[in-house]
Amino acid sequence: MGRVLGLGAAKEGVHHWWTQRLTSVALVPLTIWFVVSLLALPVLDHATVCAWMRQTWTALLLIIFVVVAAWHSQLGVRVVIEDYVHALAPRTLTLLLVTFAHVAVAVAGVFAVLRVALGAAP
Amino acid sequence: MPTRPLSPHLSVYQMSRYTLATSIFNRLTGLALSAGLLLLVYWLMAVASGAAAHARAARLLSLPLMKLVYLALILAFSYHLVAGIRHLVWDSGHALERTQSRRSAWLVVVLSLILTFGIACGAWLAGIRTP
Repeated sequence: MGRVLGLGAAKEGVHHWWTQRLTSVALVPLTIWFVVSLLALPVLDHATVCAWMRQTWTALLLIIFVVVAAWHSQLGVRVVIEDYVHALAPRTLTLLLVTFAHVAVAVAGVFAVLRVALGAAP
Repeated sequence: MPTRPLSPHLSVYQMSRYTLATSIFNRLTGLALSAGLLLLVYWLMAVASGAAAHARAARLLSLPLMKLVYLALILAFSYHLVAGIRHLVWDSGHALERTQSRRSAWLVVVLSLILTFGIACGAWLAGIRTP
């Protein structure tokens, strides 16, 4: 059954490992870009931040950054839970909640950036 | 615990202290950064909700205590970035020898501290510019 479901070695098993590497490689330039451009802003008041987020490249990179960071975070937190929460029911429940939370965080981040970038923010 | 055979337990591995420390610190900083992501999205949502909402969030985010949180996040970011690159080098099959690994562990500590100092200085200078 495990073989049918692709749970055997190097089928689904490598997917988590590979995605974690993929997202970590992407996050190296993305996080550096984020930190540098945030520190480069003259002030962090509402008008300045909005003007920054309305730039096409900023909006694009911010969206990619939030999604990839949430993805990488979900993969990492999942491993921590799998390693330290042993009982099946609490583990499944925690994994479920953590995954939902990560999807919510990613969607909220993308929504917020789009709202400002497309000029829909109040 | 499941009754099926499991991979050997931690106790059978002979791990030296620095291996354990760098590994667990990578996990802890990763978890801290997950919390940081929550903070980032909270800030983005506040920006997207208008000037009044942003002002309310800014009051919370500029509390003196938050400076400590930001410093912790900068440290977590610096360490997780450098340690993550070390992991990527390992994944490429390089620097896996014990002496190399011991040396790279120290390199990670030193580089992440330098990076922390650099970013903290940058944030401090940015803070001076902000009225």
